[in-house]
Amino acid sequence: MTMPLSPNPSRLAGMTGRAALIAALVVIAAAGVPLVLSNYQVGLATEVMIFGILAMSVDILAGFAGRTSLGHGAIFGVSTYVVVYSTAQAGFSPATAFVLGVLAATAVASVFALLAVRTSGVYFLLLTLALGMIIWGICLRWTQVTGGENGMRGDVRPAMLLSHSAFYWAVLAGAAVVSFAMWRFVRSPFGLTLRGIRDSESRMRSLGYNVPLHLFIGFTVSGFFAGVAGALYAMFNNFVSPSTVALAQSVECVLMMIAGGVGTLFGAFIGSAAIIALENVVSSYTERWQMVLGITFVLIMIFAPEGIIGKLRAILSRKVR
Amino acid sequence: MDRRQFLKTTTATVAAAGVGAAPWRSAQAQTGPIKIGLLAPLTGVVASGGKEMVEGVQFYLDQVKSEMGGRKVELVIEDDASNPDTALQKARRLVEQGNCHMLIGDLLANTGLAVANYVKGTGTPYFIPIIAADDLTQRARIKNVIRVAGYTASAFTHPLGDWALKQGYKKIATVSQDYTFGHEQCGGLSQVFTEGGGEIVQQFWHPLNTADFSPYLGQLAELKVDAIFAMETGADSTRFIQQYAAFGLKAKTPLMMAMNGTDQSVIRTIGEEAEGIISPAHFAEGSDNAVTAKFVKDYEAKYGKIPSLYGFSMYSGMMWIDAALKKMGGKVEDREAFITTVLKTQLDGSPLGKVVKFDAFGNPIYDVYIRKVTKRVDGKFWNVPTQTYPEVSQFWKYDPETYMKQPPYSRTFQGIKKA
Repeated sequence: MTMPLSPNPSRLAGMTGRAALIAALVVIAAAGVPLVLSNYQVGLATEVMIFGILAMSVDILAGFAGRTSLGHGAIFGVSTYVVVYSTAQAGFSPATAFVLGVLAATAVASVFALLAVRTSGVYFLLLTLALGMIIWGICLRWTQVTGGENGMRGDVRPAMLLSHSAFYWAVLAGAAVVSFAMWRFVRSPFGLTLRGIRDSESRMRSLGYNVPLHLFIGFTVSGFFAGVAGALYAMFNNFVSPSTVALAQSVECVLMMIAGGVGTLFGAFIGSAAIIALENVVSSYTERWQMVLGITFVLIMIFAPEGIIGKLRAILSRKVR
Repeated sequence: MDRRQFLKTTTATVAAAGVGAAPWRSAQAQTGPIKIGLLAPLTGVVASGGKEMVEGVQFYLDQVKSEMGGRKVELVIEDDASNPDTALQKARRLVEQGNCHMLIGDLLANTGLAVANYVKGTGTPYFIPIIAADDLTQRARIKNVIRVAGYTASAFTHPLGDWALKQGYKKIATVSQDYTFGHEQCGGLSQVFTEGGGEIVQQFWHPLNTADFSPYLGQLAELKVDAIFAMETGADSTRFIQQYAAFGLKAKTPLMMAMNGTDQSVIRTIGEEAEGIISPAHFAEGSDNAVTAKFVKDYEAKYGKIPSLYGFSMYSGMMWIDAALKKMGGKVEDREAFITTVLKTQLDGSPLGKVVKFDAFGNPIYDVYIRKVTKRVDGKFWNVPTQTYPEVSQFWKYDPETYMKQPPYSRTFQGIKKA
């Protein structure tokens, strides 16, 4: 029994040669973005990646464990708050603040997880929503620390990342690492267990798996990644206010995930790009851009309920056949 | 002379030369229009105020035929959605993609503060006729963020505190929205009132968008105070005024409000309930000053409503910028000179009918009216001045240095003097 876990020796870090090549090409193409786009567009691209990471973290739960969370905006925002607070008020270095932010988000996620993992379906949705609202309430009312409605400002971004392109590349590097980590996570034996739980919780239980524990770990890991996104967002905006932890934020990242395709993981980036582009392009034509956004969602749900990536995959595989 | 010093002097000289040279260079060399980025909440909780901000700006641009300082003006309007994250994104868009020479606007303090923090990095001049956060002209000034035709939140409630003392009020209770704008306005009144011997019996803080005020009104009725001060904005204010009257408190206890509470944007939708409410402000649409009366008449003719503080402030803000641009021949590209010129410019043609200047901290000094909501001949309600406090400083009668040593007003610090 000395057979290695991955039987195929041509695999690179768990990826097949083709997948590794595609991943490398995508990253290289993305790295060229600041050379062709204007500063403002580079800023938007940075935002796309940050929200892509957040939407991916939601997808870990929704796509692989069958639990859609409406509390991830709050977990994300906790990290943003902690990072801004520790640099602007407590005087920590950006790196320390970053770590503290991610830790705080992970801690909050584990508390959420403890309370929520024994529920599923709409109850899970409502419970995470309520927990998120508590965080929002705290951020709004604990004025001495959070600055209340006004939020907090500070120079969070480290000096070497001040330019748009430098920060973009840093976020790109971060996004690449984090995406790879999440991809490995959902493909690991642990990730397979999560999928098993999604498909049949009772069967997994009767096979002897500790379902709540698995979900707890899954939720906490997902919270960790949401925290990374939140910390990057703090550096992106140098500012945080209750709207960052509000329900709208949670809903938006779920919508991004759905638009990209539930369970596709990387669809999150497509979804986030689609929504951020819509917000910015449409809003320059009409102030009713939210209406356009809403209609777009309805259309996606009717014609591509499996999301943009999901639809593309379906079309491609049909052609191949 | 070290390098830094050299840079400083050279910049100053070049800037000075730029200003000096402007009048005869303005005819040539000016390429393209002046681009002004206007941020206003066209959607979200304060959307109605946002629309009046846009009206105010357009009203001015129509009058000057979209020409300021001898150059065409291109106005780019973006919706900040009453949300600081959106405001920040739109500000980036206006500056980085739209190449706007300056930004103006925002209504909610949190949106304004987010944009202020952003322009601190880019150096873009940002004008805030509405954002009233005290510290922007006090403890945390940002050089390129300028309060043209704006005001600090506590500046008008300081005199109101004094006025309340002179009415013989001994005990007051306050009720206010629980955010910085409310803390600051309440704090201004509380400090002056208690230092003059008055007593603040109790302070109530409620979240924004409170639908039902009865828990607060019930308690207020029990307190047996001489007067009540309420700081409300927008829909909260409408509901508060209506419920205050419905509770029967209107007949018993005089009501004072912060300026936004009885603004046209609020009282034009309600009637009798608002009559008699006292509030302090620099602008009173019911003033008999000829210039103000003409402004109100023209605005009403054009938009079919009496102008609100939002419309008035944005209009005056644009006028102020225009006055500065005229002085420097429209050379808006020279940011340093532009900012210095604006700060040195005084506004002669303000709809207030008086000359307005900045103090040393970049805050305009106004005559503050104590206004009373009164019925106009045609049955509409408006604010009529009853008393004037001339040239009120944002520091009231305190020494600026000492004043700024005390913490900013917050829920926990209201400047209340311990008896």
